[in-house]
Amino acid sequence: MQKEKDTYLEMDLLRFTTAGSVDDGKSTLIGRLLFDSKAIFDDQLESIERVSAHRGEGDFDLALLTDGLRAEREQGITIDVAYRYFATPRRKFIISDTPGHIQYTRNMVTGASTANLAIILIDARKGVIEQTCRHAFIASLLGIQHVVLCINKMDLVDYKEEVYREIVEDFKQFASRLNLANIKFIPISALVGDNVVNKSDRTPWYRGESLLYFLETVYVGSNQNHVEARFPVQYVIRPQSKNWHDYRGFSGRVAGGVFKPGDEVTVLPSGFNSKIKGIHTFDGDLDEAFSPMSVTLTLEDEIDVSRGDMIVKRNNPPQVSQDIDAMICWFNEKKLQPRGKYIIRHTTREARCLLKEVKYKMNINTLHKIEDDLEVGLNEIARVSIRSSMPLFVDEYRDNRNTGSLVLIDEFTNETVAAGMIVGGR
Amino acid sequence: MHSYNLTHLQQLEAEAIFIMREVAAQFEKPVLLFSGGKDSIVMVRLAQKAFFPGRFPFPLMHIDTGHNFPETIEFRDWLVDHLGERLIVRSVQDSIDQGRAVEEKGPNPSRNGLQTITLLDALEEFQFDAAYGGARRDEEKARAKERFFSHRDEFGQWDPKNQRPELWNLFNGRKNVGEHFRVFPLSNWTEMDVWQYIKQEELKIPEIYFSHEREVVNRGGTLLANSEYITPQDNEKVETRTVRFRTVGDMTCTGAVESVAHSLDDIIREVAAAKQTERGGRADDRRSETAMEDRKKQGYF
Repeated sequence: MQKEKDTYLEMDLLRFTTAGSVDDGKSTLIGRLLFDSKAIFDDQLESIERVSAHRGEGDFDLALLTDGLRAEREQGITIDVAYRYFATPRRKFIISDTPGHIQYTRNMVTGASTANLAIILIDARKGVIEQTCRHAFIASLLGIQHVVLCINKMDLVDYKEEVYREIVEDFKQFASRLNLANIKFIPISALVGDNVVNKSDRTPWYRGESLLYFLETVYVGSNQNHVEARFPVQYVIRPQSKNWHDYRGFSGRVAGGVFKPGDEVTVLPSGFNSKIKGIHTFDGDLDEAFSPMSVTLTLEDEIDVSRGDMIVKRNNPPQVSQDIDAMICWFNEKKLQPRGKYIIRHTTREARCLLKEVKYKMNINTLHKIEDDLEVGLNEIARVSIRSSMPLFVDEYRDNRNTGSLVLIDEFTNETVAAGMIVGGR
Repeated sequence: MHSYNLTHLQQLEAEAIFIMREVAAQFEKPVLLFSGGKDSIVMVRLAQKAFFPGRFPFPLMHIDTGHNFPETIEFRDWLVDHLGERLIVRSVQDSIDQGRAVEEKGPNPSRNGLQTITLLDALEEFQFDAAYGGARRDEEKARAKERFFSHRDEFGQWDPKNQRPELWNLFNGRKNVGEHFRVFPLSNWTEMDVWQYIKQEELKIPEIYFSHEREVVNRGGTLLANSEYITPQDNEKVETRTVRFRTVGDMTCTGAVESVAHSLDDIIREVAAAKQTERGGRADDRRSETAMEDRKKQGYF
């Protein structure tokens, strides 16, 4: 028993997102992962059976497990990103399950923004289709380290190796134009369970691991940048109590690199230099802090630091600029207003900004640039230039997700209208 | 080689602390909703970590239905005293006395839904613009669709079909006057994570979470604690069983489970082997398939 407990406390975390089009068996796959890892409870099953029976459906529908909202159940669709949790003795998993219909791009971008890995499902009978390409492009755009292509419904093509090989080749050809570091191919049948949890003897020609084994063992540590030290100040702690009279602590989450007491740092935008005096937490002082830890720093010198400032190592600063270029995904029914003003939120900094120029739009099915129609509407992806009212401290998204990402907010409705990935300082 | 990996519990903690601080920075007048249950006890520990060595930049608030377990109230007062933080209590009984809420009729009158009225009134009374809650996405299917920063309109309503997308670490807490946010730092935690964290942090919890002997009434498969708030029907008998509670809500709707778990390790083993979800014994969720969603749209936690 002692051993089990320790294992739990040593488990790491894998966040993955699942993408697929309608009817390619995504719900079935998630249902199977949850079911086989005992993350589905009896009362949930009973509730699903009750609803399925009430609707006069024979089998129970595992999608009912993730589709919790009244409208979703009524219409049999998924409206929003749903989060699911399961654990094996090796790892804890967070699934962001994104629906495969209209709002697709917006939802997949959202789900992918925090994911280390994406599972893309392909129906073995249909092969690589337009939606597969779209999913792969979004995974690449969002900088997801690992993509697992699950070629599903192998049972319906008699587990033929040629079918699998052809799909693998088709996908590789398309993916060569993308920036995907690690692609893994697995032939599965979510319905029957082949190669999902255990290796199937119906695919003797497949020499790789089962999906779950791969998810349990894939290395995800490199998801954080541990080179360029970045500390966006989130909140200033000044207890003003007797014991902590002169204490001014700068709280935040390390967004990149490693900080140690004694490190020479610069505070942006003021440019003042100082040294890190201490790294403080409720559980005691630390010798180092790295992303994504939440800590509090104190500095040797009394300088003015507030929320939205960034503490960086002196020898390795980010770009400081009011002009940035980004790939954005538009989230709102109301189209992007050319030369419109928005609120930009980047790390803990918020400013007003002007959307200076739309450079081109992407056709995400063909990867072609569209330069003759620059109207950007819901679910469209475009490259834009932005002028911010204050300097931002940025890295390219591909170097650092934390300091390379931004959102745009409508000043009047307060809605989040776009997500952006920074590509080059100006 | 030096490894820069955090365990999953460390990652969840860092994320929750980040959310806690983000609320303190983005809002003018936050409040932490505190029920005395295990999730809100974890929230209090996270607040200690987020603002150390400072005090909480917000008070705690308990919406007291008047149907709480006495052990929970006792624990609540002990903890607040121990922390030296400020506690606001607003009670459903007052809302009923003022005619703003009407008590349900029948053998199973629950004040669960009435809490919403008292809560929204209290948020308005103090002009709170953000309320931290300990709800988790793994608890219930409607909660699985919640955001960390959940927008509420001027009537306190949740619109699940029109939520703001949340990406990376960027949280949008902008709002108009009269609107507010509910914020859920434990969104990504599971019941098991909460118990493991309680054990790791050596947190004290109310006694009703541990096995004890108690008079219960079996009502429709739910073992309810016998109390002055429920009336046993003719076909129901009061019996003494060895039980504990997995969640702490009202005595009128929180079902007990038969259990001999006397320690946190026992509870953790029990949770690992559980065949029912923790809210499986909650009569308030069983009223319909979408009971939680319907309550949340009205402004429930």
